[in-house]
Amino acid sequence: MRISPQWLREFVDVTADDRRLAEDLTHSGIAVEGITGTGESTVFEMDITTNRVDAMNHYGIARECAAIYDLDLQPIKPKLPAFIREEPFPIEILEPELCARYTARVISGIRIVKSPRYIAERLMIEDHHGINNVADATNYVLMEMGHPTHAFDLDLLEGDKIIVRRARAGEKLKTLDGVTRELHPEDLVIADATKPVGLAGVMGGFDSMITQATRNVLIEAAWFDPATVRRTARRHGMHTDASHRFERGADWGATTLACDRVAELILETAGGKLGACHDAVARDLTRLPIQLDRAEVIRILGQEIPSNDLTRILRRLGFALTWERSSSSTGSGTTVVAVVEKPLAYSVEIPTWRMDVEREIDVIEEIARVYGFNNFENTLPTFSGAVIELPHARAETLTRQRMLALGYDEAVSSTFSSADDTRHFTGTEAVPLENPLSDEAPVLRNSLAPGMLNMLAWNFNRGANDVRLFEMGNAFSQNGDAVAHHRRLCFAATGRTGPAGADRAPLPVTFFDLKGDAESLLNLFASESIKFEAPASAYFHPGRSARVLLNRHVVAELGQLHPKFAAERKLKQEIWLAEFDLDRLFAAPLRSPRYQRLSRFPVIERDFSLVLDDGVAYEKLRRTIEALKIQELISISPQELFRGGTVLQGKYSLLLRLTFQSVERTLRDDEVSAWSQQVIQAIESLGGALRS
Amino acid sequence: MYTVPTLDEFSASALDAAARELTAVLKSESAAISGESEWKALRDRWMARKNGILTQLNDKWLKAAPGPAKRDVGQRVNELKKIVEEQIDSAQARVEASAAVAQNESEHVDVTLPGTRRKLGTEHPLIRTLNEIVDVFKDMGYSVAEGPEVETDYYNFESLNFPPNHPARDTQDTLVIAGQQNKPARERLLMRTHTSPVQIRVMEKQPPPIRIVIPGKVHRADTADATHSPIFHQVEGLAVDTNITFCDLKGTLDYAMKALFGSSVKTRFYPSFFPFTEPSADVQISCFKCGGTGKLDGGRCSLCKASGWIELLGSGMVDPNVFQFAGVDPKKYSGFAFGMGVERIAMLKYGIDDIQLFYQGDVRFLEQFA
Repeated sequence: MRISPQWLREFVDVTADDRRLAEDLTHSGIAVEGITGTGESTVFEMDITTNRVDAMNHYGIARECAAIYDLDLQPIKPKLPAFIREEPFPIEILEPELCARYTARVISGIRIVKSPRYIAERLMIEDHHGINNVADATNYVLMEMGHPTHAFDLDLLEGDKIIVRRARAGEKLKTLDGVTRELHPEDLVIADATKPVGLAGVMGGFDSMITQATRNVLIEAAWFDPATVRRTARRHGMHTDASHRFERGADWGATTLACDRVAELILETAGGKLGACHDAVARDLTRLPIQLDRAEVIRILGQEIPSNDLTRILRRLGFALTWERSSSSTGSGTTVVAVVEKPLAYSVEIPTWRMDVEREIDVIEEIARVYGFNNFENTLPTFSGAVIELPHARAETLTRQRMLALGYDEAVSSTFSSADDTRHFTGTEAVPLENPLSDEAPVLRNSLAPGMLNMLAWNFNRGANDVRLFEMGNAFSQNGDAVAHHRRLCFAATGRTGPAGADRAPLPVTFFDLKGDAESLLNLFASESIKFEAPASAYFHPGRSARVLLNRHVVAELGQLHPKFAAERKLKQEIWLAEFDLDRLFAAPLRSPRYQRLSRFPVIERDFSLVLDDGVAYEKLRRTIEALKIQELISISPQELFRGGTVLQGKYSLLLRLTFQSVERTLRDDEVSAWSQQVIQAIESLGGALRS
Repeated sequence: MYTVPTLDEFSASALDAAARELTAVLKSESAAISGESEWKALRDRWMARKNGILTQLNDKWLKAAPGPAKRDVGQRVNELKKIVEEQIDSAQARVEASAAVAQNESEHVDVTLPGTRRKLGTEHPLIRTLNEIVDVFKDMGYSVAEGPEVETDYYNFESLNFPPNHPARDTQDTLVIAGQQNKPARERLLMRTHTSPVQIRVMEKQPPPIRIVIPGKVHRADTADATHSPIFHQVEGLAVDTNITFCDLKGTLDYAMKALFGSSVKTRFYPSFFPFTEPSADVQISCFKCGGTGKLDGGRCSLCKASGWIELLGSGMVDPNVFQFAGVDPKKYSGFAFGMGVERIAMLKYGIDDIQLFYQGDVRFLEQFA
């Protein structure tokens, strides 16, 4: 919406220059977003908040100026001819809830001509090219005082009456924009004796519009129910100047004035004879006065507003104030009537144009905003109580820090996913959107993996091939009628790993890099058991993936992305991916480290070169050795793994290093040899043997 | 090549001459060697038990000396032996020192080659900014609260004083979950458009005093471009107690903005409209790039578009209707709420010109924040 400061100055004698005026308006909540033009053709581009429909016109903003600068506001007083033709014109409001008031006047014997120059120029502020003197008069009044009005060609209305009613099933109306609309039984229409002639509060009818042939007009100024206008406008996909105002609450009290003002402008150029004002009031929207307590003003704002300022501001805005004569009694038994110098409370009458002001707090806001927010002190509240952490805040922070420490960059990806992806990456039912932003991503992600793969692809396409990313966030699934949130962590490593320099080539990422990172993460949590079990879900490589069980619950899946999926996504390198269920992971308590005594005695290492059946997993070997419960065996570590060559098919060779140490004494050779023998026997029990 | 001469006579002068010659040869040979193998050859030539020069001295001089001269010759041979040992030792030290120098030289690196950097993970600039904001409020005594990203219409709108069919809802284009036509309007699920529903959820559960800071992801049906994203992040705050005033709101945000952007930053408040606060205020801070002057390096400051001010927060006093929805007595309690967009703050702070960069996972972008 645009405002001409020049036009404002016709209603209120502002001495501030335009720039200053724009600033002062903005500081009282009537935001001027931009200023164009200079001198008399200066125009303010306004950004009026949705609650302030009363300020979406020149007069409303002039009223704000009156309050800001404490100036008188010139009233709008249409000068109408003394002689008025009295003839009955029935207005039937069949829906008093939806149309509280309908005011109309007839002007007969007019001439349709172009509008005078000053009107045409002012309409151009909003880029309206003039239509004719009648239509322009309604638009001018809209810009001037904000009340939407409409003019019908009276001769095209049948039965000389107006009926405000709901549309009937099957009724159609061709609106001014030339579109024929099927009306809905909940639409409110303006009808003549036989048919709808306007969509109430939204747009007039095409067939009764003002044309060059029009000789007699009916001017409409009404008040329609905001929600009804909004529903109708939405239903028909329309948004008009009229609907914009009615759906925010037009001025119930302004219908006669708006009607008269339109009539005055028409008579100026069109001639004709004015008919009487027909004002049908179906419902009185006058509201009870609001009690404004000075103590409440201080309680909310924290600072006293001088009573002169308080009353001045409200009166200039059109609120009527009377003192509430209150007396306070103190003491017990004897009643002392205190003489109150400052009024303790006011009774405030709300002007009809302020539909947004309904409560004491709304009146307090009016005072505060015009008084100036920046005239209030800055204070800090006193508080009691303590800062309470969310249950998993620490686990979340540590998890994030661990991923960063492991060299993964933190990422944030889209919440939305393709339907295909949500089928491939989890078994949960994805949640579709009713109004997705794109057909490619119409559902909520139920896994973080597809988003991760998209980000990797993005990087590959830009020449970055060594990528490590992680994301923490919610995945979603349908849970009956509800939507379940699942806290997830996804991380991926691809390309080469380890530091690279001129003197050293980095190595490609392998399963064990990924697993090691997962282990480092798991190490944050206390666990009775951690197990990696092959394989993971079908989107992983069946031979290079695992489910991770923490205390016998699956907390993650990890491994290489299945080459088939990689190919489908045109990912031309191995992708190593892990997705953690953080709800499950965080169910485990954080591990608190325990000190273990350091030994001051030497360590003894023994290497065993073994040949094992492929069926014997390392885990089994380790457990078998651990089952010997040799206290001094402090580490079992695989050094080298080898298949092929001289090793028979179906077998593998493993160099295993055992480390022995006691915290109490230096170990003897014969002890270590005896343990080694036990170990070899245990290995042989698994079908393994020492390499000859 | 020097060999030990056989002496014809064992007079002092003859012995002197022979010793001089031997010493001169020793010195010149020891001075000539370089490297360990040459030194070993030198040592063996002079000191080997079998046929080394010292052994020869024993044989050719001492053993050959007539009885009366033996004592003098023995003494001279011993002296010469000492000289030989000293020379060989010092030659060894010399050789070792020069070998060490050579070794070090061969091991030298070009220190101007770039360092090998271990890959460090970098914090996402959004999450980093979000945490910075949250930390400021945590230090001021606010507890962190969270809520679901998929919300009901009731919590996202109705309880925050957006009545059904109200134009205020137009300002927040909403993504709605499909297939809920049969549910009552207030139970319908949607992607929360702001973090404010958490205010209600917390107030329902916990009586005042309340001081919470609410970080989170929100969604709106906005088409993505350089300044809009359907996904973005907010940090919201809420304080409710028996004594909270508009002046407290101002003071709190003024303090918080100084903590975030530096103590010289100023704030200013001007009226706005949010359905869930009354009065409502937008908050600007003085531009931290140009110091609020609007001018930078003799030109316009691009950050604040020469205005000297940057709009950063929405805020206000909690609307009594919201208290009523949440079951808090508005006659007894008052409170303030505020909220800010994390993307906007991160963009201003780091000079990022395209909001989409946050969601692409582009390592060329992310690694700039290491």
